[in-house]
Amino acid sequence: MNTHALTDLCYRMADDELILAHRHSEWTGLGPLLEEDIAFSSIAQDKLGHAQALFTIMHDLGGEPDADTAAFMRDELKMRCSHFVELPNGEYDFSLVRHFLFDVAEYVRWTALVQSSVEPLANLARKIHGELKYHLYHAQTWMVQLGANGNEESHARMQSALNEAWPYALGMFEPGEFEDALIADGIFIGEAVAQQRWLELVTELLQSSTLMIPTQVEPIYGGRKGHHTEHLKPLLDEMTEVYRIDPSAEW
Amino acid sequence: MTQQDVYDALLNVHDPEIPTISLVDMGIITNVDVRSDDEVHVTMTPTFVGCPAIDVMRKDVETAVRGLGVTNVTVSVTFDQPWTTNRLTEAGKAALLKHGLAPPEPFDTLSLKLDVLNNVACPFCGSRDTTLKSPFGPTLCRSLHYCNVCLQAFEGFKPV
Repeated sequence: MNTHALTDLCYRMADDELILAHRHSEWTGLGPLLEEDIAFSSIAQDKLGHAQALFTIMHDLGGEPDADTAAFMRDELKMRCSHFVELPNGEYDFSLVRHFLFDVAEYVRWTALVQSSVEPLANLARKIHGELKYHLYHAQTWMVQLGANGNEESHARMQSALNEAWPYALGMFEPGEFEDALIADGIFIGEAVAQQRWLELVTELLQSSTLMIPTQVEPIYGGRKGHHTEHLKPLLDEMTEVYRIDPSAEW
Repeated sequence: MTQQDVYDALLNVHDPEIPTISLVDMGIITNVDVRSDDEVHVTMTPTFVGCPAIDVMRKDVETAVRGLGVTNVTVSVTFDQPWTTNRLTEAGKAALLKHGLAPPEPFDTLSLKLDVLNNVACPFCGSRDTTLKSPFGPTLCRSLHYCNVCLQAFEGFKPV
């Protein structure tokens, strides 16, 4: 097994989950409805758990630091998250669209990882696969409700958010350094196939939403190589503040 | 010391968030390995990967096994045997109901459709004339429902 390839894949996935968990948690206490407040908080908690489990796999198999150190002690150059998850929450429409596009991608990734040659990753995938159904159900419900069953304003807002999100969403599939090794060793299907399956599932789930999927859009890459948006540094400063003051603190 | 002695002790360890159900009936204890009268290894797995109660439960398990006079107790959390709804025992389902939570019903774990969450039987009056309000509730493993017959909100335990 190629440990470098596995570690690179896990950091890309874990960092996406960690950073989006933080963004989602920013809705806690501020959601437009109590149920939505709870939904975003719950999804954040799920994602944080997924990140922690991935960090733990790398710790056990690849000799990487433990989960807390990996999550809180790397500076932005070491982070491998995509630009998509770094963007501020913006309005609720953008948060919903990002939640939808990201969770379809996450579902595609974890579904493929059920077949991974790395046993702990495959076991974790079987577990996470079951959880993601609830995320997709929630996301798709709102895409259809606000896209097709709302009013003119809700439709316009969702379409505009979808257009804005699209190049960043494509950026989630920026190839990593070890694509060939990941595919050859049966660790993962690779970004190109993942993107294709993602687009198929996004198209299927948006069928009754009346929203148009943008075409001929160039992806925004960089995050997987450590180049990030201006939004990541302030997020990391806030997320790691307590840990940096006192790494032994329990809260 | 037998495996059964350990399981019996763990029947007294309850979920910190649903105090009517034991960790054994919840199905989150996946293995008990009694290596000697003084060495026991327990393996457990959370209902949801991000379950924040797992550390508390791990400590409770360790304390319970130590209570049997065992000095060397290790408790590990793994996903080798991931938790699914099928791991809940019948006693476990009854315990959920007692706590006012609708127990999960069997469904196709591979399907993306969650129709099963509509018309969950109300834990108070038993009617199936109920509506799913949200797939997310006060803890990761619960959903929110409303009963159109007894007009009460209730929570369900999510099938996974």
